[in-house]
Amino acid sequence: MKCTEFLKELTDYLDGTLTESTKAELDEHLHWCHECHVVMNTTKKTIEIYRDNQIYELPEALRTRLHQAIMSKCRSSKTGKEKA
Amino acid sequence: MQTIQKRTAEEFDELALVQAAKKGDLEAFSELVNRYDRNIFRIAQHITHNEEDAQDVVQDAFLKAYQNLAQFQGNSKFYTWLVRIAVNEALMKLRKRRNEKTVSLDEDVETEEGSIPREVADWAPNPEQNYGQSELGDILRKTIQGLPPGFRTVFVLRDVEGLSTEETAEMLGLSVPAVKSRLLRARLQLRERLAKYFRSKKNGDGQREVH
Repeated sequence: MKCTEFLKELTDYLDGTLTESTKAELDEHLHWCHECHVVMNTTKKTIEIYRDNQIYELPEALRTRLHQAIMSKCRSSKTGKEKA
Repeated sequence: MQTIQKRTAEEFDELALVQAAKKGDLEAFSELVNRYDRNIFRIAQHITHNEEDAQDVVQDAFLKAYQNLAQFQGNSKFYTWLVRIAVNEALMKLRKRRNEKTVSLDEDVETEEGSIPREVADWAPNPEQNYGQSELGDILRKTIQGLPPGFRTVFVLRDVEGLSTEETAEMLGLSVPAVKSRLLRARLQLRERLAKYFRSKKNGDGQREVH
Protein backbone atom coordinates (compact mmCIF):
# COMPACT_ATOMS: atom_id res chain seq x y z
CA MET A 1 0.00 0.00 0.00
CA LYS A 2 1.22 3.48 -0.88
CA CYS A 3 0.90 6.49 1.39
CA THR A 4 -1.62 8.08 -0.99
CA GLU A 5 -3.83 4.98 -0.75
CA PHE A 6 -3.56 5.08 3.01
CA LEU A 7 -4.65 8.73 3.06
CA LYS A 8 -7.76 7.98 1.03
CA GLU A 9 -8.91 5.64 3.78
CA LEU A 10 -7.79 7.80 6.69
CA THR A 11 -11.22 9.20 7.54
CA ASP A 12 -12.85 5.78 7.63
CA TYR A 13 -9.88 4.43 9.58
CA LEU A 14 -10.24 7.11 12.25
CA ASP A 15 -14.01 6.65 12.37
CA GLY A 16 -13.64 2.89 12.73
CA THR A 17 -15.89 2.15 9.77
CA LEU A 18 -13.54 -0.02 7.70
CA THR A 19 -13.88 -3.73 7.06
CA GLU A 20 -11.51 -5.95 9.05
CA SER A 21 -9.40 -6.74 6.00
CA THR A 22 -8.95 -3.12 4.90
CA LYS A 23 -8.17 -2.11 8.47
CA ALA A 24 -5.52 -4.85 8.64
CA GLU A 25 -3.91 -3.52 5.43
CA LEU A 26 -3.81 -0.01 6.88
CA ASP A 27 -2.39 -1.25 10.19
CA GLU A 28 0.32 -3.07 8.26
CA HIS A 29 1.17 0.15 6.40
CA LEU A 30 1.26 2.12 9.68
CA HIS A 31 3.60 -0.46 11.13
CA TRP A 32 6.42 0.49 8.80
CA CYS A 33 5.50 4.01 7.62
CA HIS A 34 6.42 6.47 10.34
CA GLU A 35 5.16 9.47 8.37
CA CYS A 36 1.66 8.09 7.89
CA HIS A 37 1.68 7.14 11.54
CA VAL A 38 2.37 10.77 12.45
CA VAL A 39 -0.29 12.02 10.02
CA MET A 40 -2.82 9.61 11.47
CA ASN A 41 -2.02 10.52 15.08
CA THR A 42 -1.96 14.27 14.53
CA THR A 43 -5.20 14.17 12.53
CA LYS A 44 -6.80 12.28 15.39
CA LYS A 45 -5.43 14.88 17.80
CA THR A 46 -6.77 17.69 15.59
CA ILE A 47 -10.28 16.26 15.88
CA GLU A 48 -9.95 15.78 19.65
CA ILE A 49 -8.69 19.32 20.20
CA TYR A 50 -11.61 20.83 18.30
CA ARG A 51 -14.08 18.59 20.07
CA ASP A 52 -12.74 19.22 23.57
CA ASN A 53 -12.26 22.98 23.27
CA GLN A 54 -15.54 24.53 22.22
CA ILE A 55 -14.53 27.83 20.67
CA TYR A 56 -17.95 29.36 20.26
CA GLU A 57 -19.74 29.06 23.57
CA LEU A 58 -22.96 30.98 23.99
CA PRO A 59 -22.57 33.27 27.02
CA GLU A 60 -25.41 32.81 29.52
CA ALA A 61 -26.54 36.47 29.43
CA LEU A 62 -26.72 36.46 25.63
CA ARG A 63 -28.47 33.11 25.72
CA THR A 64 -31.21 34.47 27.97
CA ARG A 65 -31.63 37.52 25.74
CA LEU A 66 -31.85 35.41 22.58
CA HIS A 67 -34.29 33.03 24.20
CA GLN A 68 -36.58 35.91 25.21
CA ALA A 69 -36.38 37.42 21.73
CA ILE A 70 -37.22 34.10 20.08
CA MET A 71 -40.19 33.43 22.33
CA SER A 72 -41.48 36.96 21.91
CA LYS A 73 -41.31 36.64 18.11
CA CYS A 74 -43.02 33.26 18.26
CA ARG A 75 -45.82 34.67 20.42
CA SER A 76 -46.59 37.41 17.93
CA SER A 77 -46.08 35.21 14.89
CA LYS A 78 -48.50 33.05 13.04
CA THR A 79 -47.69 29.58 14.24
CA GLY A 80 -47.31 26.45 12.26
CA LYS A 81 -49.80 24.78 14.52
CA GLU A 82 -52.36 22.47 13.02
CA LYS A 83 -55.30 23.80 14.94
CA ALA A 84 -55.84 26.91 17.06
CA MET B 1 -18.83 9.48 15.94
CA GLN B 2 -21.38 7.04 17.12
CA THR B 3 -24.86 6.95 15.74
CA ILE B 4 -27.69 5.86 17.89
CA GLN B 5 -30.13 4.21 15.58
CA LYS B 6 -32.81 3.18 17.98
CA ARG B 7 -35.13 5.82 19.29
CA THR B 8 -34.26 6.75 22.82
CA ALA B 9 -36.64 7.88 25.55
CA GLU B 10 -35.42 11.41 24.97
CA GLU B 11 -36.44 11.26 21.33
CA PHE B 12 -39.94 10.09 22.24
CA ASP B 13 -40.03 12.91 24.74
CA GLU B 14 -38.86 15.26 22.00
CA LEU B 15 -41.58 14.10 19.64
CA ALA B 16 -44.11 14.84 22.38
CA LEU B 17 -42.66 18.34 22.71
CA VAL B 18 -42.87 18.87 18.96
CA GLN B 19 -46.47 17.64 18.89
CA ALA B 20 -47.37 19.98 21.75
CA ALA B 21 -45.63 22.92 20.06
CA LYS B 22 -47.52 22.16 16.85
CA LYS B 23 -50.71 22.68 18.81
CA GLY B 24 -49.48 26.07 19.98
CA ASP B 25 -47.85 25.11 23.29
CA LEU B 26 -45.14 27.75 23.60
CA GLU B 27 -43.70 26.20 26.75
CA ALA B 28 -42.98 23.04 24.79
CA PHE B 29 -41.29 25.04 22.05
CA SER B 30 -39.30 26.95 24.64
CA GLU B 31 -37.93 23.63 25.91
CA LEU B 32 -36.85 22.74 22.37
CA VAL B 33 -35.03 26.09 22.15
CA ASN B 34 -33.29 25.32 25.46
CA ARG B 35 -32.10 21.99 24.19
CA TYR B 36 -30.52 23.18 20.98
CA ASP B 37 -29.74 26.91 21.13
CA ARG B 38 -26.09 26.35 22.07
CA ASN B 39 -25.54 23.93 19.19
CA ILE B 40 -27.25 26.21 16.68
CA PHE B 41 -25.20 29.19 17.87
CA ARG B 42 -21.97 27.21 17.50
CA ILE B 43 -22.82 26.00 14.03
CA ALA B 44 -23.90 29.51 12.97
CA GLN B 45 -20.68 31.03 14.32
CA HIS B 46 -18.58 28.49 12.49
CA ILE B 47 -20.29 29.23 9.19
CA THR B 48 -20.67 33.01 9.43
CA HIS B 49 -17.58 33.95 11.51
CA ASN B 50 -19.60 36.81 12.85
CA GLU B 51 -21.27 36.92 16.24
CA GLU B 52 -23.98 39.36 15.23
CA ASP B 53 -24.90 37.20 12.24
CA ALA B 54 -24.82 34.09 14.42
CA GLN B 55 -27.27 35.69 16.85
CA ASP B 56 -29.59 36.52 13.96
CA VAL B 57 -29.29 32.97 12.66
CA VAL B 58 -30.29 31.52 16.04
CA GLN B 59 -33.35 33.74 16.22
CA ASP B 60 -34.38 33.30 12.58
CA ALA B 61 -33.84 29.54 12.58
CA PHE B 62 -35.99 28.96 15.66
CA LEU B 63 -38.67 31.34 14.44
CA LYS B 64 -38.78 29.64 11.02
CA ALA B 65 -38.92 26.25 12.69
CA TYR B 66 -41.85 27.41 14.82
CA GLN B 67 -43.69 28.85 11.86
CA ASN B 68 -43.17 25.72 9.81
CA LEU B 69 -43.71 23.07 12.47
CA ALA B 70 -46.75 21.74 10.63
CA GLN B 71 -44.43 20.72 7.81
CA PHE B 72 -42.17 18.73 10.11
CA GLN B 73 -43.21 15.17 9.49
CA GLY B 74 -41.16 13.44 12.12
CA ASN B 75 -39.35 11.26 9.58
CA SER B 76 -36.07 12.74 10.72
CA LYS B 77 -35.07 14.00 14.12
CA PHE B 78 -36.23 17.51 15.01
CA TYR B 79 -32.61 18.52 15.52
CA THR B 80 -31.65 17.39 11.99
CA TRP B 81 -34.52 19.43 10.57
CA LEU B 82 -33.60 22.45 12.70
CA VAL B 83 -29.93 22.34 11.71
CA ARG B 84 -30.87 22.23 8.05
CA ILE B 85 -32.87 25.46 8.51
CA ALA B 86 -30.02 27.05 10.48
CA VAL B 87 -27.34 26.11 7.92
CA ASN B 88 -29.41 27.70 5.14
CA GLU B 89 -29.92 30.86 7.18
CA ALA B 90 -26.20 31.01 8.00
CA LEU B 91 -25.19 30.60 4.36
CA MET B 92 -27.56 33.40 3.39
CA LYS B 93 -25.89 35.66 5.95
CA LEU B 94 -22.49 34.73 4.65
CA ARG B 95 -23.52 35.51 1.08
CA LYS B 96 -24.87 38.90 2.11
CA ARG B 97 -21.79 39.71 4.08
CA ARG B 98 -19.49 38.75 1.22
CA ASN B 99 -21.84 40.16 -1.37
CA GLU B 100 -21.39 36.97 -3.34
CA LYS B 101 -23.80 34.65 -5.00
CA THR B 102 -21.44 31.75 -5.00
CA VAL B 103 -21.21 30.70 -1.37
CA SER B 104 -22.63 27.25 -1.43
CA LEU B 105 -21.98 23.96 0.20
CA ASP B 106 -21.82 22.05 -3.03
CA GLU B 107 -19.34 24.34 -4.72
CA ASP B 108 -16.39 22.30 -5.83
CA VAL B 109 -13.49 23.69 -3.96
CA GLU B 110 -10.56 23.78 -6.28
CA THR B 111 -7.85 23.57 -3.71
CA GLU B 112 -5.63 20.63 -3.12
CA GLU B 113 -4.12 22.28 -0.08
CA GLY B 114 -3.61 19.84 2.73
CA SER B 115 -4.73 16.85 0.65
CA ILE B 116 -1.12 15.81 0.55
CA PRO B 117 0.47 16.12 3.97
CA ARG B 118 3.70 18.07 4.08
CA GLU B 119 4.02 18.53 7.80
CA VAL B 120 5.10 15.17 9.17
CA ALA B 121 6.91 16.13 12.34
CA ASP B 122 5.27 14.61 15.39
CA TRP B 123 3.47 16.93 17.77
CA ALA B 124 4.40 17.56 21.35
CA PRO B 125 2.44 15.42 23.82
CA ASN B 126 -0.81 17.27 24.68
CA PRO B 127 0.35 20.27 22.62
CA GLU B 128 -2.74 22.30 23.48
CA GLN B 129 -1.46 22.55 27.06
CA ASN B 130 1.40 24.77 25.89
CA TYR B 131 -1.12 27.55 25.32
CA GLY B 132 -3.46 29.42 27.60
CA GLN B 133 -7.19 28.84 27.05
CA SER B 134 -7.71 32.17 25.33
CA GLU B 135 -4.64 31.85 23.11
CA LEU B 136 -5.67 28.32 22.17
CA GLY B 137 -9.16 29.58 21.31
CA ASP B 138 -7.63 32.20 19.01
CA ILE B 139 -5.48 29.60 17.27
CA LEU B 140 -8.40 27.20 16.76
CA ARG B 141 -10.71 29.97 15.49
CA LYS B 142 -8.14 31.42 13.13
CA THR B 143 -7.29 28.00 11.78
CA ILE B 144 -10.81 26.80 11.08
CA GLN B 145 -11.84 30.15 9.62
CA GLY B 146 -9.31 29.63 6.85
CA LEU B 147 -11.23 26.62 5.50
CA PRO B 148 -13.78 27.03 2.70
CA PRO B 149 -17.37 27.12 4.08
CA GLY B 150 -18.25 23.73 2.61
CA PHE B 151 -15.35 22.10 4.41
CA ARG B 152 -15.72 23.73 7.77
CA THR B 153 -19.47 23.11 7.89
CA VAL B 154 -18.95 19.40 7.32
CA PHE B 155 -16.15 19.30 9.90
CA VAL B 156 -18.25 21.09 12.51
CA LEU B 157 -21.30 18.89 12.07
CA ARG B 158 -19.36 15.62 11.95
CA ASP B 159 -16.45 16.14 14.30
CA VAL B 160 -17.51 18.92 16.66
CA GLU B 161 -21.24 18.19 16.96
CA GLY B 162 -20.68 14.45 16.58
CA LEU B 163 -23.33 13.75 13.95
CA SER B 164 -23.09 10.76 11.64
CA THR B 165 -21.99 11.00 8.01
CA GLU B 166 -25.53 10.12 6.92
CA GLU B 167 -27.12 12.78 9.13
CA THR B 168 -24.63 15.38 7.91
CA ALA B 169 -25.37 14.45 4.28
CA GLU B 170 -29.09 14.75 4.92
CA MET B 171 -28.74 18.12 6.64
CA LEU B 172 -26.59 19.62 3.94
CA GLY B 173 -28.26 18.05 0.94
CA LEU B 174 -24.98 16.38 -0.05
CA SER B 175 -24.26 12.78 -0.98
CA VAL B 176 -22.47 10.54 1.54
CA PRO B 177 -19.32 10.34 -0.63
CA ALA B 178 -19.30 14.14 -0.95
CA VAL B 179 -19.47 14.48 2.85
CA LYS B 180 -16.65 11.96 3.28
CA SER B 181 -14.43 13.68 0.75
CA ARG B 182 -14.96 17.12 2.32
CA LEU B 183 -14.41 15.71 5.79
CA LEU B 184 -11.10 14.14 4.85
CA ARG B 185 -9.84 17.33 3.24
CA ALA B 186 -11.08 19.48 6.12
CA ARG B 187 -9.36 17.28 8.69
CA LEU B 188 -6.10 17.20 6.73
CA GLN B 189 -6.08 20.94 6.11
CA LEU B 190 -6.72 21.71 9.78
CA ARG B 191 -3.99 19.30 10.82
CA GLU B 192 -1.56 20.88 8.40
CA ARG B 193 -2.30 24.39 9.65
CA LEU B 194 -2.23 23.45 13.34
CA ALA B 195 1.14 21.74 12.93
CA LYS B 196 3.05 25.01 13.09
CA TYR B 197 1.68 25.62 16.58
CA PHE B 198 1.76 22.10 17.91
CA ARG B 199 4.72 20.31 16.43
CA SER B 200 7.43 19.09 18.71
CA LYS B 201 10.46 21.39 18.67
CA LYS B 202 12.95 18.55 18.47
CA ASN B 203 11.78 17.36 15.07
CA GLY B 204 13.25 20.04 12.84
CA ASP B 205 10.97 21.59 10.25
CA GLY B 206 9.20 18.30 9.51
CA GLN B 207 8.78 18.98 5.79
CA ARG B 208 8.78 16.09 3.39
CA GLU B 209 8.01 15.00 -0.09
CA VAL B 210 5.33 12.36 -0.34
CA HIS B 211 5.99 9.01 -1.87
